[in-house]
Amino acid sequence: MRHILTALVMNEPGVLSHVANMFSARGFNIDSLVVGRTEDPNLSRMTIVVIADERTLDQVRKQLAKIVTVVKVRDYKDSPYVSRDLMLVKLGVTPRTRSEIIELADLFRGRVVDVGHQAIMVELSGEEDKLDAFVELVRPYGIRELARTGVIAMARGVQSSSGDEQTMENAPEPSRMVKAAAGKRQPTQAELEATPPG
Amino acid sequence: MSSTSLTGGAASAPASKTTKSNKVEKLAEATAFASGSEVSNELPVLGQPTGLTDRYIGKTGAQILLQMLLEHNVTDAFGYPGGAILPTFDQLYDTKLNFILVRHEQGAGHMADGYARATGKPGIVIVTSGPGATNTVTPLATAYMDSIPMIVFSGQVRTYVIGNDAFQEADVTGITRPVTKRNYLVKNVKDLPRIINEAFIIATTGRPGPVLVDLPVDVTTNKVESAIDDTPWLPGYKTYRLGHSRMVKAAADMINAAQRPVLYVGGGAILSGAWKEVRELAEKGNIPCTTTLLGLGAFDENSPLSLHMLGMHGGAYANYAVQDADCLIAIGARFDDRVTGNLKLFAPKAKIVHVDIDPTSISKSVKVDVPVVGDARLCLKDMIGHIEHRPREQWLQQIAEWKSKYPFAYRDDSPLAKPQAIIEAINKATGGNAIFTTGVGQHQMWAAQFIRWSIPRSMITSGGLGTMGYGLPSAIGAQVARPGELVIDIDGDASFIMTAMELATIRQYQLPVKVAILNNNFQGMVRQWQKMFYGSRFSHTEMVNPDFAAMAESFGIRGIRCEKKQDVDKVVQEMIRHPGPCVVDFLCETDENVYPMVPSGKGIHEMELGIVGSAPPNMARDMGTLA
Repeated sequence: MRHILTALVMNEPGVLSHVANMFSARGFNIDSLVVGRTEDPNLSRMTIVVIADERTLDQVRKQLAKIVTVVKVRDYKDSPYVSRDLMLVKLGVTPRTRSEIIELADLFRGRVVDVGHQAIMVELSGEEDKLDAFVELVRPYGIRELARTGVIAMARGVQSSSGDEQTMENAPEPSRMVKAAAGKRQPTQAELEATPPG
Repeated sequence: MSSTSLTGGAASAPASKTTKSNKVEKLAEATAFASGSEVSNELPVLGQPTGLTDRYIGKTGAQILLQMLLEHNVTDAFGYPGGAILPTFDQLYDTKLNFILVRHEQGAGHMADGYARATGKPGIVIVTSGPGATNTVTPLATAYMDSIPMIVFSGQVRTYVIGNDAFQEADVTGITRPVTKRNYLVKNVKDLPRIINEAFIIATTGRPGPVLVDLPVDVTTNKVESAIDDTPWLPGYKTYRLGHSRMVKAAADMINAAQRPVLYVGGGAILSGAWKEVRELAEKGNIPCTTTLLGLGAFDENSPLSLHMLGMHGGAYANYAVQDADCLIAIGARFDDRVTGNLKLFAPKAKIVHVDIDPTSISKSVKVDVPVVGDARLCLKDMIGHIEHRPREQWLQQIAEWKSKYPFAYRDDSPLAKPQAIIEAINKATGGNAIFTTGVGQHQMWAAQFIRWSIPRSMITSGGLGTMGYGLPSAIGAQVARPGELVIDIDGDASFIMTAMELATIRQYQLPVKVAILNNNFQGMVRQWQKMFYGSRFSHTEMVNPDFAAMAESFGIRGIRCEKKQDVDKVVQEMIRHPGPCVVDFLCETDENVYPMVPSGKGIHEMELGIVGSAPPNMARDMGTLA
C-alpha cells in the first residue's frame, strides 16, 4: 500500500540525512520525499510517500517520531486530505502540434510557461494520477525534459487530533506524556500544532 | 559421563549478604538519579537552565565545557588528546575532573560505556578530531545497541575550514548519525551551553543512548560575549515514564488469568533500576523469571523462580518455559533474534505483554497483545498492585523438572582445564559478588551460564553489537566508577588481544582490575560454528598468541600462567587476593562447544543440548518445526 506521511522537523543540517538514512538502514521504501519551509523558520515539513503494509507503516511512523530532531509525525491513512504534485514538462513542438499541446494543457488546467520555436514548457499541478495521465497523453509529442516535485499533503478541515506518532493502543495518556519543550521561548504556531491536545 | 558439573551449587558460596544488599541499594540510588525523581512527571532538568543568563560571558568554549561537566555531576572522563581538542585539554590540566588517559580512543569509549553500566551515570569521552573521533564509532555503536548513556566530545577543525578536507578532518556528525541518539556540530560558542544541557538530557532519559558533540577549535577558543539562553530546546523529544493505566490493568488481568506465565526481563529493567519491582512481581504472582544476557542480575538467579538466561545459548528450561508459556511478560527487552530464534516458532501459545519505554520496540518483531509504554520501574510499580497471588503449582513443578533434567553442564574429561570449570571456580571464589566484564564469544556465554547472577549492574557485556575487545576497557571503566570493588574481566584470548594495549592504562592509574583469559588459542565461537556448520574447516580462526603473563609483566602488571587444571582454584584465589592488577592466562581445552545451542533458523525449543541428552518428546510435537 502507498501511504503519505508528513513530518515536522527541526530546520538544521543533518535532519534530512538522518531521516533518509533511517529509511535505508531499516529497509523501508520511499516513493518520494519532499522537504520545504514552513511558516516557522525553525521548522521544516517533510512529506514522505512510502510503500508499506499496515505494520510496516506503524514502524515507519514510530521510527520517524523517535528521531530527536523530528518534532511531529502524522499519516493520512484514515483522514481526508489534499495532496498535490507539481510538474514542469518541456515538449518538442512543430507549428502544427503547438496548438494541440496548448489545448491539452488547458484541459488539464495547466499553464504554458515558456514557448520557443522547437519547444514548449507546461506547468501542471494536481494529484499524481492526473499528472501521470497528462504525461501519457503528451508522450507522443516527444518529452524533452520533465521535472516533478513529489507529493505534498495536508489534512482537510481544522487540525485533527488523530494521527499523532502513536497508535491509540499504545499511546500514553496525554497528560502523562512529557514534552521537553519547556523554556522561555514563546511557542510558535507550528510548535502548538506539534503539542498533542489535552 | 565421568563428571558432570551442575548449576545451582554456587548458592552456598561465601558471599557476604550485607555488602550485597548495601550494594543493591546504593545502585538503586544512582539509577534513580539518572531516571529522575519518581513523583514528578517532569524530565529531570540537569544543571540549572536559567533562560537568558550572563554567567558564561567572558568564558571560552573549553572553559564552559569543563565547568558544565562538573555542574552535571561528572567526576570522571576518558580520552586522548590531539590538535583539535587541545584547548579543552589545556583546561583539563587544572580541573578536579578525574581524567583517564587511554591508549586508543576505542578504549576510551568502552571505558565510558563500562562506567555507565556500572553506575547508571553517563560515561564521558573527550577525543580529538578525525581519527580520534572515528575511533569512537565502535563504542558508540556498542552503546547505541545496548541503550547506554554516554557522551563523546570530539574536536573538529575550525568552522571556516570544515568541508575543505583539512588535516584530521572527518565528517564526524555524518559518520556517527546512525549510531547516536543525537549528535551535534557546534557552530558557535553561544550554542554550546544549551547543547551540553540537551546532550545530558538526551543521553540519560527515555531509552538512554550515546550522544556526540563535535567541537571545532574556534568554538572551544572563542569567548561568549553577551548573555545567552542555555535552556534546552527539544520540541521533538518525547519520553514516556508512567504507563497507560488502562494498559497496566489489562496486563495485570492477563497475567492473573494465565496458567503458565513467564517473565522475560531485559537490560531495560537494569537501566530503569526495576530489579526490586521485578522480584516483587515474580514473587507476588508466583511467576518464573528468565533474563536476557543484558538482563542478568536483574533477578536473583538463586531464587527457585529463576530460569536463568534464555535464548540461543540460554538454559533449555528457560527456552522450554517460554515455548510452553500461555503468557509472556517482556520487561525492558526487545525480542532480539538471539532470544527468539525463528520468529515463526517463538512462544506459539503465549499472549504477550510488553513493557518498554521505546514505542518502536512494540510489535517490531513479535506482535504484542498488551503494550505498556513507559519506564519499567514505574510501570511495574503500578502493575504489582493489580497482581494477585496464584499457586501455579503444576507449572512450577514442570519447570523444576526441566531445571533438574536439563542443567547447564559439561564433561570434565580433558587433560587441560575446561573453560566452564574455570568460570565455576571464579564463581565459587567470589560468590558472584564482583563486577564482571567480558569480551564476546564462548567465554561470554559460559560466564553468563556458570556465574550465578544476583546483583544488578554486575554483568557488563556487549550484547547487541557483540563487540570483541570490549572486556578489558569496560573493566577499567567499571573500576574507575567503583574503585573499592572487585572487577574481573573474563575474556577470551582473541577478544583480549584486540584492546590489550589498555593494560598500559591500568598500569598508569594503578587500577586493580583482574583479567582472566580463557585461552584456547582460537576464536572459540567462530570455531564452534565452523565445526558445526562448515565441516570443521577452521578458516583463519586459530590464533598464535603471545605469552600473556609475560606480556602483562612487561606492562608492569602481575602476570600468571595457569597450565594445569588442578591449579585453577589456587590461581583464581591468588588472582583475587592480589592487591593490584593481575592478568591470568588460563590454558584451556580447545575442542569445547557452548551448549545448549539453538542453531540459526530453528525455534528455541530445537536446541542442540550437548551432553544432557535430547528434548522432551512433547516439545517438538507441540511446538512444530519448520525443518
